[in-house]
Amino acid sequence: MNRRTAFAAGVKDGIPICLGYLAVSFTFGIMAKNANLSVWNAVLISATNVTSAGQFAGLSLITAGASYLEMAFTQLIINLRYCLMSCALSQKLSQNTPFFHRFFIAYGVTDEIFGISVSLKDKLHPFYSYGAISVAVPGWVIGTFLGIVSGNILPERIISALSVALYGMFIAIIIPPSRGNKILAGIVAISMAASLIFSITPILCQISSGFRIIILTIIIAGIAAALFPVTEDSDGEETVKNEP
Amino acid sequence: MNHNIYIYILVMAGVTYLIRLLPLTLIRREIKSTFIKSFLYYVPYVTLSVMTFPAILEATANIWSAAAGFAAALILAYYKKSLIQVSLVSCAVVFVVELFTGI
Repeated sequence: MNRRTAFAAGVKDGIPICLGYLAVSFTFGIMAKNANLSVWNAVLISATNVTSAGQFAGLSLITAGASYLEMAFTQLIINLRYCLMSCALSQKLSQNTPFFHRFFIAYGVTDEIFGISVSLKDKLHPFYSYGAISVAVPGWVIGTFLGIVSGNILPERIISALSVALYGMFIAIIIPPSRGNKILAGIVAISMAASLIFSITPILCQISSGFRIIILTIIIAGIAAALFPVTEDSDGEETVKNEP
Repeated sequence: MNHNIYIYILVMAGVTYLIRLLPLTLIRREIKSTFIKSFLYYVPYVTLSVMTFPAILEATANIWSAAAGFAAALILAYYKKSLIQVSLVSCAVVFVVELFTGI
């Protein structure tokens, strides 16, 4: 894959992310307005952070006048899942990917861009990331801008409809490989069931969603890795053994 | 409130960026351990599943339109439609369901 085709593929896969981001960051913009942030500050937060939960939490800490240390710690906890994602992505990169590419790719490690990058068949070409970032991040920043400037320029129905865009994309990433692979299908089903249990069980539901993701990922992916180790074929394609 | 907004933003962005950056720069070789490789192979399936469900059911104006969008996405993804098709059709389904049910 050369730079041009990798970039084009990233742009194409970035479009649904852009749409979903518009809806989510629009809401962020409205909340930033309610918190009396300036347009410039809200846009700056979106452009430098590119993370939904972290920004919403950050906003409430700014409003509350929390300490910088508290801010740092909160961001660390909420965004720790990106660490797991970057670990997985480090193995998708070719070993001789130069340092500066890694710096730029890191900027775009969001749940969504991680999702499309890690599901690529081949190694991750840095320009694929750049393509995805170049459409997704403007969606995030423009949505923030529109939200804080206009309040309600987009009809509620449109926002509601766009809100499933990112989830639809996640489903499009995890379901196709699960078809015809009982282990992956089982992992997807168990993960969703466990997530449901965590969200409705009294004490467990108090765990933040960021932490829920980390806990369940370590437990479920850990058990799966112990029971069903993945071996690499001679052609580099990863396959799951059906026998433990 | 005598905190500087720019320091807040710097702290937020700095911490978030470092979390993303460190593994990508520190782990530069291919991991040989089968267990860790397998673990990382399964990571996206678990994280994306956990993020999607049940959160998708609360994403829209009501649970029924969300459930319809979820079902549409599952069916289309099962038939291996592209990322953008699955995503846009599930949005369209939510929109239509909310339009017709008036909620």
